[in-house]
Amino acid sequence: MPHDHNDDHSHSLLPPDPQLQVKALETILSEKGLIDRAALDAIIDVYQNQIGPQIGADIVARAWQEPAFKERLLADAEAVLGEMALSGRQGEHVVVVENTEDTHNLVVCTLCSCYPWPLLGIPPSWYKSDAYRRRAVHSPRSVLAEFGVELPEDKKIRVWDSTAEIRYLVLPERPAETAGLTDEALRGWVTRDSMIGTGFPKPPEAG
Amino acid sequence: MSNKPHDMGGLPGGAIVPDFGKEAVFKEGWHGRALALTLAAGALGRWNLDASRNARECLPADDYNRFSYYEKWLAGLTNLLVDHQLVSPDELRAGQANKEAADIAATPLPAAKVPAVLKKGGPTRRAIAAEPCFIVGDVVMTKSLSQISPQQNNHTRLPYYASVKKGVIIACHDAHILPDSHAHFKGEAPEYLYGVRFLAGDLFPNPERPGDEICLDLFESYLEPVKI
Repeated sequence: MPHDHNDDHSHSLLPPDPQLQVKALETILSEKGLIDRAALDAIIDVYQNQIGPQIGADIVARAWQEPAFKERLLADAEAVLGEMALSGRQGEHVVVVENTEDTHNLVVCTLCSCYPWPLLGIPPSWYKSDAYRRRAVHSPRSVLAEFGVELPEDKKIRVWDSTAEIRYLVLPERPAETAGLTDEALRGWVTRDSMIGTGFPKPPEAG
Repeated sequence: MSNKPHDMGGLPGGAIVPDFGKEAVFKEGWHGRALALTLAAGALGRWNLDASRNARECLPADDYNRFSYYEKWLAGLTNLLVDHQLVSPDELRAGQANKEAADIAATPLPAAKVPAVLKKGGPTRRAIAAEPCFIVGDVVMTKSLSQISPQQNNHTRLPYYASVKKGVIIACHDAHILPDSHAHFKGEAPEYLYGVRFLAGDLFPNPERPGDEICLDLFESYLEPVKI
């Protein structure tokens, strides 16, 4: 019967270099028939090449253009994403929160680093850093300043700490300068950070 | 006091280094391998995601604090593999499988199934017979961590900074698997999960702006009604 330990030290039996740890675990598990190395390659391929912030950007651009879609997305993102086959691991239960004139939303996971993987991919290092996890709930304005984001004092910040299995995606405000842009061009404005709340949409970089 | 180093929300911290979307998905080759190993081993079905998170959070504090993100994943995975008798300490020391060890009856995740398994994920919503205790607009008080988890190694999703604080229910997300139970293989024990909004001024003595809000998803057993 499996049991759980409070302070478990088996991990210290492996060499300290994580590259060697990976190599050892991969060797042991594949020799024992517990993993198929081709499956590891397939998992990496999904997160490296298939899933990423472009998926979230498509959703945001569509919400900017289709009021009925936006309304449904804000009311029940889980159903909408399910219909679009965009649910998945670490994005089974998604809530979309809208930035408005009065409110700016910011997403964090202070206890671990939960993040809407199927919509944004694997989180960047800073999102997983102790600094972000520590400060985002207490000092969101100084955190945002480090991203170059300044908010007016009368604009409220709402921080979402993803403590359970609900994952949050920010729907940023559509910049006035994007009026009349085609769908494709609009998507280029939606940055990953604007969907976490640490940035605003901005024109795509040339080249 | 918060009892584990992962419970760090609200503490002072260092500077953040934004990447503005430029960072590679896996900065080092081994990062992707560590993630893939963790997912593939998890797919054997011997433990659940809550147990996997708990394994990282139960690392000795020194290790938790000094390890990078994927080092924590590798250490948590290693401990789970040993606890569940899939790998022995001798095998870890040797860096290879013990050829004389008895075969383990297990089917490894095949590459062809990876996309479907990742698409399916692990939904945590469950139907339960009970009615929710709270409705949107109710004022609640969060319990203390020692009320929720008398034992230090419980896997509670109420952060210390939001314990014994007053908030308002802003959403009911239906019932979900309770990580506190599930992480310890004591069953799914689903409970209603609520979005709870707190004012920065109610959480912290020196907030940047008292009217800013912090919203958390909290299970019913973390909350007590407040009479107003």
